[in-house]
Amino acid sequence: MTTQNAPDSMYRTREKLGVWEHRGKVAAVGVGHSPTARRWDGKPETTVGALAIDALRKAIDDAGVSPDQIDGLVMDATTTTGAPWPAGDPLPQDVINHFNPTDDPLDGIAKLSPEWIIKNMPELKNVKFTMYGPGCMSNAVVVAAQAVGDGLTSNCLVLKGWHNYSGRYYQGGENAQDTIPGTRAISGLWGTPASYGTALQFAEYCRKYGKTHDMMAPAMIQWKKNGLNFPEGFWYQHRPEEMTREDYVNARWVAKPANLYDNDIPIMVAGAYLFTTSELAKDMKQKAVYILNHASSRGRARSLTPTLDEIQEETARTGRKLLEGAGITADDISFENMYDGFALFHQFHLEGLGFRGIKFGEALDFYQTDISPEGPNPISPSGGNVGSGRSRFWMHTDCIQQLQGRAGARAVTGVKPEIGVSGGPMPMGGNFTVWSATPD
Amino acid sequence: MSKQSPVPDELSKPFWDAANDERLVIQHCTACNRLIHPPRPACDQCASGANLEWKQMSGRGKIYNYGVVYDCPIRLLQDNQPFNVAVVMLDEDQGIQMYSHLTGTPVDKVPVGAAVEVVFEATPNGQKVPEWRVVG
Repeated sequence: MTTQNAPDSMYRTREKLGVWEHRGKVAAVGVGHSPTARRWDGKPETTVGALAIDALRKAIDDAGVSPDQIDGLVMDATTTTGAPWPAGDPLPQDVINHFNPTDDPLDGIAKLSPEWIIKNMPELKNVKFTMYGPGCMSNAVVVAAQAVGDGLTSNCLVLKGWHNYSGRYYQGGENAQDTIPGTRAISGLWGTPASYGTALQFAEYCRKYGKTHDMMAPAMIQWKKNGLNFPEGFWYQHRPEEMTREDYVNARWVAKPANLYDNDIPIMVAGAYLFTTSELAKDMKQKAVYILNHASSRGRARSLTPTLDEIQEETARTGRKLLEGAGITADDISFENMYDGFALFHQFHLEGLGFRGIKFGEALDFYQTDISPEGPNPISPSGGNVGSGRSRFWMHTDCIQQLQGRAGARAVTGVKPEIGVSGGPMPMGGNFTVWSATPD
Repeated sequence: MSKQSPVPDELSKPFWDAANDERLVIQHCTACNRLIHPPRPACDQCASGANLEWKQMSGRGKIYNYGVVYDCPIRLLQDNQPFNVAVVMLDEDQGIQMYSHLTGTPVDKVPVGAAVEVVFEATPNGQKVPEWRVVG
């Protein structure tokens, strides 16, 4: 049987569900990352499949378990949002033959399945549970947490891989044609890039609250700095350049008011975690990080793109769901790592969560204060996608590493790191997790 | 603006056929008395597809918001960069949005809140598309 998407019943999408039934009983222990690269160089050893295997093996080793103890794998099959295998390009048969392929020749190259992983990691002899958490690591994390809590798996790997080919995101396929299918044309005919919707919401936010785009600069500079303290990330590994205010405010526009740096850079990378029960975690190599709750947003815009009102209503709902299910208040959160790719929506997540009492319209003022990991109000100590490239998982890795005391130069020191929150991607439509250094 | 040519499909055909007659129609659930745009196989409120019809609009609205596109993914539009893409809310229902290049409005000089009216622009295959222009 092939792997299926997680059923709706595994997601906590509604309010007033009470405290999560598995609060503190599921733990993250192992962490593994592949090296990063800007683009695939065509070699077998740098495919997204090879990167995934590397990350998984590192997570297993990091947790200190043997591969035959692994009985579950939750992952996302999609490894890009904007760089599909070019239509008409010949299949790279030598690369395909380098691995044990599945029925889909692009498995391991332009997508990933648990079946491909298991075929190519013979040491995973006892995986009985596989499931997709589609979309990104945030989805896979909540599905894996629920699966471990429900007893479907005891030692579960959680995986997300990304590929990036030559060429530019979203530039080929339908967008290069002279015609466009009618239903798609209703929203797609006007040539908006991916960040346009977020740019609109940010513009509306600025008009409503009297803010300006350049007020993002201190946060962007800090997040880039945090990324330069993230050894697993792209900028740290390849281009360790700090960002200045001038760099940011003078960057070219993509969809004004979203500029180049407000968009994340696509990269090749894979990341993996090992989740287990809190009981089993006691015998593992790394300190356990306990999951207090997960919650999901399934908000949907009334028309073409969410309005600011719709965004704020949904992020506030997500915040309430997260806190209620974790049995905490916003005051209990030590640091936050909500998603930032696109950077201009981070404040929506932040305000919905009510981190440090921030209300609607206040986040950009808050960005003018000390939001560093060393300060009293750490905002995105991971640096997120801004700081390390497009993975959508640095935020989760950082929560785990901060609470394990393994965040190195990014360590949150201005407050005691006890509870962190991460998740995304979009303010309307995402999956979110509350992590804790202790189970209660 | 050198737009792509829409090719109507089953769901969108009434919308595009009306555009060729220079009429703006929006999908309407008669059971919920609710406009739906973009069109869907079923009403997003009652989840039924049995009561979906198409309702003619006045062709008037207001500019709700806008962005300026400098890095367009669509090949045909790339020579026109940068260009406005405004969000128009229909006078009949402020929850229903349509995009517009607002031809004639200078780049980044979009008057948010201004009244607009629909116009119809022909694309290379002859299909007309609803566009908007500032009035008054």
